[in-house]
Amino acid sequence: MEEINNPIIMVRMGEQTLKGRNRHRFERAVLEHLQWRLERFPHVQFEASYGRLYIHLNGESYIDIAERISRTFGIFSFSPVNRCELSLEAIRETALRLMKSLKDKPTTFKVSVRRVNKDFLHDSQSMNNLVGGYILQAIAGLEVDVHTPAVELRIEIREQHAYIFCEIIPGLGGYPSGTNGKAIVMLSGGIDSPVAGWLALKQGLELEAIHFHSFPYTSERAQQKVIELAEQLSCYSRSIVLHMVPFADIQTGLKELGNETLLITLMRRAMLRITTELGRQRACKAIITGDSLGQVASQTLPSMSVIEQAAGMPILRPLIMMDKQEIVSKARMIGTFPVSIQPYEDCCTLFVPKSPSTNPNPSVINRLEQRAAWLQGTMDEAIRNTVTVTITERMARETDSYF
Amino acid sequence: MIDSEHYYDFSASTPPYKEVIDVVSDLMNNYYGNPSSLHRKGFEAEKLMKQAREVVATCLHTEASHIIFTSGGTESNNIAIMGCARQFASRGKHLITSRMEHSSVYECFQQLEREGFEVTYVPVDRTGSIRSEDVIQAIRNDTILVSIMQVSNETGRIQPVEAIGHELTRHPRIIFHVDAVQGAGKLPIYPDKAGIDLLSLSAHKFYGPKGIGILYRRPGIRLKPILLGGGQEFGLRPGTENVPLIVGMAKALRMGTDKLVANRQHVAHLRQSLVEQLKLVDGLILTGSEDEEDMLPHIVHFCLPGIKSEVFVHAMESAGLYVSAQSACASGEDLPSRTLMAMGYEQTLAKSGIRISLAPVHSLENMQYLAESVARTWRRLKLQ
Repeated sequence: MEEINNPIIMVRMGEQTLKGRNRHRFERAVLEHLQWRLERFPHVQFEASYGRLYIHLNGESYIDIAERISRTFGIFSFSPVNRCELSLEAIRETALRLMKSLKDKPTTFKVSVRRVNKDFLHDSQSMNNLVGGYILQAIAGLEVDVHTPAVELRIEIREQHAYIFCEIIPGLGGYPSGTNGKAIVMLSGGIDSPVAGWLALKQGLELEAIHFHSFPYTSERAQQKVIELAEQLSCYSRSIVLHMVPFADIQTGLKELGNETLLITLMRRAMLRITTELGRQRACKAIITGDSLGQVASQTLPSMSVIEQAAGMPILRPLIMMDKQEIVSKARMIGTFPVSIQPYEDCCTLFVPKSPSTNPNPSVINRLEQRAAWLQGTMDEAIRNTVTVTITERMARETDSYF
Repeated sequence: MIDSEHYYDFSASTPPYKEVIDVVSDLMNNYYGNPSSLHRKGFEAEKLMKQAREVVATCLHTEASHIIFTSGGTESNNIAIMGCARQFASRGKHLITSRMEHSSVYECFQQLEREGFEVTYVPVDRTGSIRSEDVIQAIRNDTILVSIMQVSNETGRIQPVEAIGHELTRHPRIIFHVDAVQGAGKLPIYPDKAGIDLLSLSAHKFYGPKGIGILYRRPGIRLKPILLGGGQEFGLRPGTENVPLIVGMAKALRMGTDKLVANRQHVAHLRQSLVEQLKLVDGLILTGSEDEEDMLPHIVHFCLPGIKSEVFVHAMESAGLYVSAQSACASGEDLPSRTLMAMGYEQTLAKSGIRISLAPVHSLENMQYLAESVARTWRRLKLQ
């Protein structure tokens, strides 16, 4: 994305995927999201039109705004555009100015005209020649190449104005923020769960996050890491409500039951019960996890089947069929990877049994849980002691005044 | 002005911002933990350092993982140059730099020559600039490193580092180091965009504390550490991090960046005015380029034929004005200035260089008084 003196960004919303009555709702969701996201640029103005959004920069930074647009779901693509009145002269002049402003002087180009406004005097074909010829004359050393041009000069002739641009930047796609309801993601601090959360956001889910920590046995750094992961995710959403659940008492209690191979199964079930309860309180309709089939002992089919029985709402597993490499490359793209690999102990790596069961026996699990009469009370207490914070892209910190 | 003194040696060192001093003192009192400690005191210190890294990265338009904290410009330059040469010696032993680099760069290359590396020193023109074409022409198959300063610390001449960075993108195996110690906070520089792989900064040149600096390193570039220890700062600058100074430096850089444009305009005015007045002083030879776009607004440099710089500095001091002979780091020696010699000045002239460095605190009235003092002192010394 080159920094150009461009006053307008044209945003194309997912025309292909959005149909019928939802379309209006989705377009409004994108508009509202961008208005919120670009709040810190006071001069920016929005102009919504059918399937399009025009963002007038009015002097604000293109690079910073384009970066935020490229992190917004529900956008098919966007372009920095020049707008001019509907006359051949104006279109020629604007096109020439744009061509001359390109940083890497192109040697070849082609003109593509789209005439949406059929009242405009010249049709697409003749416009190609009228504009292309004009530019060829004005810029020495430039040639037309219709097959592999270095620059494609695009001209859209619409009802009120013509739009002239060279660049089309793909958007993230997906559904606009919050248009598919709300879910809660179990955020461990590892590589997978933030990616699962991101995919949930992409599918238009509003997201809350829950994290289980074993403070004081684990470092506060582990919690800070989860806050940073949520911060990173919130770059793609409005804000994320994060619940930090103290899990040390439950964990030590379950360990005392004495069945080491089933400890992880028991822990996961307790986590799902707490997540269900907190999720219900917060009107979430599903639980998102970073499970990927077969990756660890708790993610085999038999394990998942025993674990998920403890959940009181649907569990969605966006990563279930993805391999580690795919997940890692997504995590890098999202920006959570460098945070995830910080080496702090979290609750899952505390008391890890040597050989956790990959095929836990449901009746043994039930018997063990029945023996743990304290469990419900301790879980209730964990919920009561949960700390809930709202995470936005870059939270104010108490130490900000030092900088 | 500070305490009504006439301090014109801001390129040697700047007085820290009051806000920076307050923050450093507050942190020394309250954040004494070792950032590597596992407990809360360590964690708090680590968090601050992390935030400082982010602030610095934002100022340089880059990412926190590219920022290494060092003890200052000299250490940044040493880690970059020695670390790069030793890491990539198996790839080639040819290095490119100029003869006007700061001693902490130049002496590294001198040492590397003794260790068997071959160094090409690109020519410096009469205005004090190297040419990017000369750098590109000097490239050989076995070239591993190019090191050029952003701005001459002595003359204030801006060097074409962005053009060189652009050209070097065609030679991805050659590492490009830029010593930006003089330019930081005065001329914007964004290494990610400028094709720069390693960049050195020093806090005390931009109103931060002494003893702390920055090395920007593009990811993927491995350097052989010159200090060994506990692995801090990506293993390149081991030793317990000085959190108060690091935070103070980040604050200074942030404050300087916020005010950069306005400050630069003001200082450019000052320079214009001073240069105009100095041009009228008979016998005084202004160095550098006539085109003010080529010059850092903060530095004015001239020669006074027949007078040793040191004599003039002391004569000015007795009139209450602090100016500089060569750069502070070399001014103790009775040698001609390496920079002026490289620019083609003859020896006696090259011993007579005077550097005046300006700052946003100065005013146009200061410039008038300064110019008058220079002219008066020069007349007096000339007669003797």
